[in-house]
This record gives sequence, structure tokens and C-alpha cells, in this order.
Amino acid sequence: MDTENNEGVFSGLTILAFCWAVVGPLTMKFFADNGARVIRVETSKRPCVMRASGPYKDNTPNLNKGGYFNYYNSNILSLTLNMELPEARAIAKRLALECDIFMENYTPGNMEKWGLDYETLKKERPDIIMLRQSGYGSWGPYSRLPAFGMVLVPITGLPNYIGWPGREPLPVGVSAYTDCISPRFATAAVIAAMDYRNKTGKGQLLDLSQFESAIYFIMPGVLEYAANGREPERIGNASEYAAPHGVYPCKGDDRWCTIAVFSDDEWKTLCQEIGKLEYTEDPRFNTLLNRKKNEEELNRLLGLWTIKRTSEEIMEQLQAAGVAAGVVKNTADMYEDPQLRERDMYWKMEHPEMGQFTHLGQSFRLSETPARPYRPSPLLGEHTEYVCTQILGMSDDEFVTLMQEGVFE
Amino acid sequence: MLDNCRVLDLTDEKGFLCGKILADLGADVIKIERPGGGPSRNVGSFWHDIPDPEKNLYWFAYNSNKRGITLNIETADGRELFKELIKTADFIVESFAPGYMDGLGIGYSAISKLKKEIIWASITPFGPEGPYKDFKDSDIVVMGMSGTMYQTGERDEAPLHISMPQACLHAGADAAVGCMMAYYHREKTGKGQLVDVSLQQSAGWFQANAIPVYELSGGILRRAGAFRAGMSKDVGQRQVWPCKDGYVFFNVIGGKQGAKVLSALTEWMNSEGMATEYLLNKEWDNFDMFSVARDEMAYIQEPIGEFFKTHTSKELMDGAVPRQVSIGPLSSMKDLLNDEGLNGRDFWKDIEHPELGVTLPYPRQFVHSSAEDYSTRFRAPLIGEHNEEVYSSIGLSSEEIITLKQAGVI
Repeated sequence: MDTENNEGVFSGLTILAFCWAVVGPLTMKFFADNGARVIRVETSKRPCVMRASGPYKDNTPNLNKGGYFNYYNSNILSLTLNMELPEARAIAKRLALECDIFMENYTPGNMEKWGLDYETLKKERPDIIMLRQSGYGSWGPYSRLPAFGMVLVPITGLPNYIGWPGREPLPVGVSAYTDCISPRFATAAVIAAMDYRNKTGKGQLLDLSQFESAIYFIMPGVLEYAANGREPERIGNASEYAAPHGVYPCKGDDRWCTIAVFSDDEWKTLCQEIGKLEYTEDPRFNTLLNRKKNEEELNRLLGLWTIKRTSEEIMEQLQAAGVAAGVVKNTADMYEDPQLRERDMYWKMEHPEMGQFTHLGQSFRLSETPARPYRPSPLLGEHTEYVCTQILGMSDDEFVTLMQEGVFE
Repeated sequence: MLDNCRVLDLTDEKGFLCGKILADLGADVIKIERPGGGPSRNVGSFWHDIPDPEKNLYWFAYNSNKRGITLNIETADGRELFKELIKTADFIVESFAPGYMDGLGIGYSAISKLKKEIIWASITPFGPEGPYKDFKDSDIVVMGMSGTMYQTGERDEAPLHISMPQACLHAGADAAVGCMMAYYHREKTGKGQLVDVSLQQSAGWFQANAIPVYELSGGILRRAGAFRAGMSKDVGQRQVWPCKDGYVFFNVIGGKQGAKVLSALTEWMNSEGMATEYLLNKEWDNFDMFSVARDEMAYIQEPIGEFFKTHTSKELMDGAVPRQVSIGPLSSMKDLLNDEGLNGRDFWKDIEHPELGVTLPYPRQFVHSSAEDYSTRFRAPLIGEHNEEVYSSIGLSSEEIITLKQAGVI
């Protein structure tokens, strides 16, 4: 099997990962998609919650047929270890010490229990780089609290910005929204740490909290409170300094478009495009302040125009005229999106259990060293033998003995 | 860690976070604005509501740890100065419209010929090529085109925007990752490259399980209001719950994790006399969200809802931590500043704004490094605050600096 010669920025690097749910795989992906050999430790005793989540291929619950798991784990190798057994812990420790980076995002306490905490590992390998990325950080008052994105979203305050005036706050519709935030901060820090080690010989522990990194996504709100004592208010789809600014109904079942007008010129263009140039002189709509005052009526009138057209027609027509407008894309639209397709956001690969299956690609492009789909998401334990015999150099006999003892379950 | 790196940050609000992350990792990030200050100093709100470009809170939020200079790159002198600055830089980060800098003769294609090791991050709404490349953007438009908005809001009403702009943050963070990858590559090979980031792609990258659901079943996840979509077809899984003084988020879930949480919650409710017979007798280990019936869910969710209403969000959080029950109070901004978990990790750091005579709270750091302290060092720059020190460091005399200022170049 060709697992060693992936091209890319991280070609030649080996990473050991105890990763969970989505935060772990998104972090691993940044490395694996760019050539690193990423060994993910799993166990059939307690499979990742994603392996046990639908949707399943053929509607058949099966640890290797989960669409959620397989969407996020391309290019990653799967090693199964039953960490209840000392032999498994010894293998994990050896890999942690020999690889270039050791990363984990389990609830704090697990690594300590298995003797894989930074202090222990550092004694045997002073220049080790270890990334911990739990919900609330590996130390501190909440450290032992299991976290997941649907709870981290409210605790960072984001739903204060989602909802209609006077009504209840709502979750971000893409559940576990914060899951995609900390992997980016973590990856930037890990690469910086590798460079630092290359230059100084020093390793380090990097400790991230998903909660803390998500706060960077609402920081203006914190400063608004600190400076002006003002808490966020729910304002629907409005903007304080633009009108019209909203989501409008279009022709079809549950079809919508956005329109956002930020200047008098754009307002005039929009009026022309909808055949209502007289609105630019209308005392209800002639200035931004008047449009804000009469926003409800403005939105209603604009909706009368949009409802007769498809969201695609509106996007094309208004964008061609220079007004910001777009389709509110549902999943089918996202899947077919010509721009995202051109930018290689999805990787279709043949997966042994899923057949032709779309895996998530990268979110940006590097011009000289593009991320690549090397292999589909792994079956549970698919690379156990490879890791043990090829990387750790176990003999076949040794491997079989350990297997019979249940070490690789 | 990046102490020996220099970043020239020409971004508007679309790209602030990229330079911020690099600055927080120790790089010397120089924000370059047009003379008089960039238009992104007018985005969002202002300190004490005074609409002054030196008091913009959005600017403050994402430009701390950066120095700032002014430069008009549309003048011949400005372009020459820019090229001089590039000689000292490792990274360029910009968020101009596709082709703008090429048009000035200082785009990536020209500069990479002068300095092959330069790393250049370009952040655009949709990318430099493709059918949407010239589309106008704003956060609501991009978020609508990234899949998130369609799924947010009430089932039978219009999709909802997150009124705190998000697309630019996804893109800025991605640009920082791309810059670091390119930097790692450059340190190995000596070669720079272009990091091409689009707001739409970065914001649309994470859509939970929407794409596999669609590919495997043809199903499109719809809005579900205060509930969570996509688990059981007919049974609502409530996410947002009113409590005594606000809201908490909580999900009734199945599986091992769900069994642990629901048993602990039932025990907690029982200790206050609020667990129903149904909850006390429920075999949580066999509870499955995919097969749960509507009345079963009601028997579970109703008493939990009643229990939450008798407590404040703080009481619920305090009770949840030792029991390892995943309850998320909806934090106000004040709550965040007083949060015990954050304060227990010394998260907030007061940074001085001498001109305003105050300190404001900033995240101390996004990562705790055992090697070095990466605490936030200083507030966002004033307009042209570091013109003297930066321009004199590339050899300009005081007289030249004054001349360029009079000519509107800096």
C-alpha cells in the first residue's frame, strides 16, 4: 500500500491522533490532505460518535458505512487499539514518542489515565509537540466537562445574534457550528510550533479550548458591551446601516434570495432593475434613514417582485447590474455549486463500503502545493497491520499474538 | 514562534483575522491603510458611539498586536515604497477585488518574480476565477451562498442571517492556516506561493452532515427553529430552552453519551423532587433518537423543560459541571466577561487605550504554549501610528517622510 509517498507540504511527517467527532478530523485533514501520514487511533469498543451517526449507506447502520464519518476522514489512516489493555497503551506511547506531532481532542482525563499526558511523554522525549484541543481547555474549571458543538454555540453567545426582534434566540442551523473554528487556530499554532522546533530544538504543549477560539468570532460584541454597555439585540435579517438588507421569497418551494444595498447608487440600480425607479424619489425610500424607517414596507414591496422570479434569476440579474444579491443555497445547491466545484471543495472517491462517495476537500487553495485526495476515509482498523509491521517493525508473529489477545479491537 | 517573520496586512474587514492570528503567534504584522485610514474603520460600532475612525470597535477587535502605517499604493511613490517594504516581508495578506493589485503592477505575479520566496494570501468573496468571481458581496449574501443560512431560522419563515458577520472570520482563519502551510513549505524549499482563499468556500466548508445526507438519501436539511434538524423525521429534538433568567441549550440524545447525561440529569432533578416516574424508570441505555416516538419524547422533554424554568442559567451551569451534563447557557456578553471557566484560565486581558483613557478586555491568547507566552501585547494601531518607525527603518529620511505625507502618499 502506498501510504508513505504522499506529496505536499507535510510529506514525510507522521502524526498520531486521538481524535473525536468533527474537531479532530478537521484538524487532522489539514495535515493529511497536504501529505502527512496521519494515524488515527480508534477502537471498536467505543467507536467515534461519527462512525455511529447517520446517514448510513443503504440505511444500514454499520461502523464503516456512516456518511458523516466518511465525509470528514479522507487521507487518514485508522489504527485500532483497545486502550484498556497495557499492550495497547505501550503501542500508543511508542507511536506518540516516535511521531512528529501528537494531537488529541478527548475530554481531559483520558490521556492522563493512559500515561499519554505531556509531562509523562516529555520526560522521554523533551522535544515532543503535543496539541490538546478539548471543549474548554485541558485545565481550568470546566476542563472535565464533556463538550460538543451544539452546547458550545450558545455558551459563546452566538445565538444572541440569530432571531427576530422580541422572539427567542435560535441555534445556527448547521449544528455544531463551532466545530470548524478551533481546528484552524490549532493548525496554525501546530505548524508554527514545528517551525520553532526545527529552529530551536524545543518542543511544546499547545493547549486550545474550542470555547475560547470561538470567542474570536464574536469579539466585536464583547467590545461593544465593554465600551458601551450594550448587549446584542436580535434584528432578523436587517443591518444597522443598510436597507434593503434581507432575505426575500422567490418562485418555487422554499426558495429564497438575499439582497443587500449599501449605497445610494446601488439603491438606484436596484430600483431600475425592479422597474420602480420612482422609489428613488419616494419620500418613504429616498434616503437610507427613510428606508430604515419604512423597512417593513420596503421589504414587502421588494418581496412582491422577488416572488415572481427564481432566486437564480434574481442573483444573475442584480449581480450583473452591480447589486449584491445571491441564492440562499440549500444542500443540493451547495453540492452542485459551480464556484465551489471549480475550487475543488468536494472530492469524489471510490470507498470500499460507500462506493462512489463525496469526501470533503479543502477550504482554500495553495498554488504550488495543492491539497489532494489520496485515499478515501479508512475502514475501522484498516491500517492496523500496516502501522504495526511497517512503522513499528513488529514481526508477523508478534502482531498475530497481540491480535489474539484483543489488543487491536 | 513567528518572531522573525514580517507580515504586510493590506486587508479590509474581509481578512483582518488572518494577520491577527499571525500576530498572536509572534509575527511583526504591519497593517497598511490608505492615508486617512481605510473604510473598514467605519464597519460596526464605535467606542461611546462616537463615529470616529480612531474609535471603531470592529477595528479594535481584530487588529490588536499589529502595527499600522498609511500608504497610497495607487501612486508611483507608494508602489515603490510597497516594493521596498516587501523586501523586508515574509507574508503579504490582501483582500482587494480580483485583479486590482495586478492592475497596479504590484500583484502576486509581478512581486513573486522579484521575490520568489514571498507568501501571498489573497482573500476574495468568491475566488479569482469561476462564474461568481466578479459578484458583489456582503456577509448576508455570502452566508446565504454557503449553506448555513438556509438551515437557520423557523421552518415556515425566511432563513435567518447571523447578524454578527461570520464569513470573513472563516476566511481570515483559513488564510492564516494557508500562510503557515506555505511558510512551512518555504522553510524547506525556499519557494513561496499564493494562498487563495474565498469567503464563500471558507464559510461553506463546514456544513455538518448536510452533504452526505443529500448524497445518500437525496434529503435536504431544512430549518427547524429552536429544534435540531435531521435526527428523527417526526420528533423534534429541542435545543433552546427557556430558564429562569434567559435560555439554555440542551439536547436529548441517545447512545452511551446520552444515557450518561440523561441519567445524571434525572438524578439531579430527582434530588429536587422534579423527576417524573417516567424519567426515573426510563432505561436510558436503550434510548435511541432515530426510533424515538413523539409521545416518548414529550414525556422526556416536558419535565426537563419545567426543571430548567426553575433555575437561572448560572445555577444550571454550576450544577452541570460536576455532573458532566452538557448544558450550554446562552451567554450574554457580560456573562462572557464574568465566565468562571474563562476567568479560571485567565482568558481576558485588559489592554490599554491611552487615547481613550481606558482599558478594554481582549482575549489573552488563543493557544497556551508551554514554550513561550503569547499574550496580547498592544491595542490596534492608530492611523499611520508607526509611519515614522517603519519608513525610517527602510531608509527614508525625516524630510522624505514629510514630503510623502504632504503629497498624500503616506
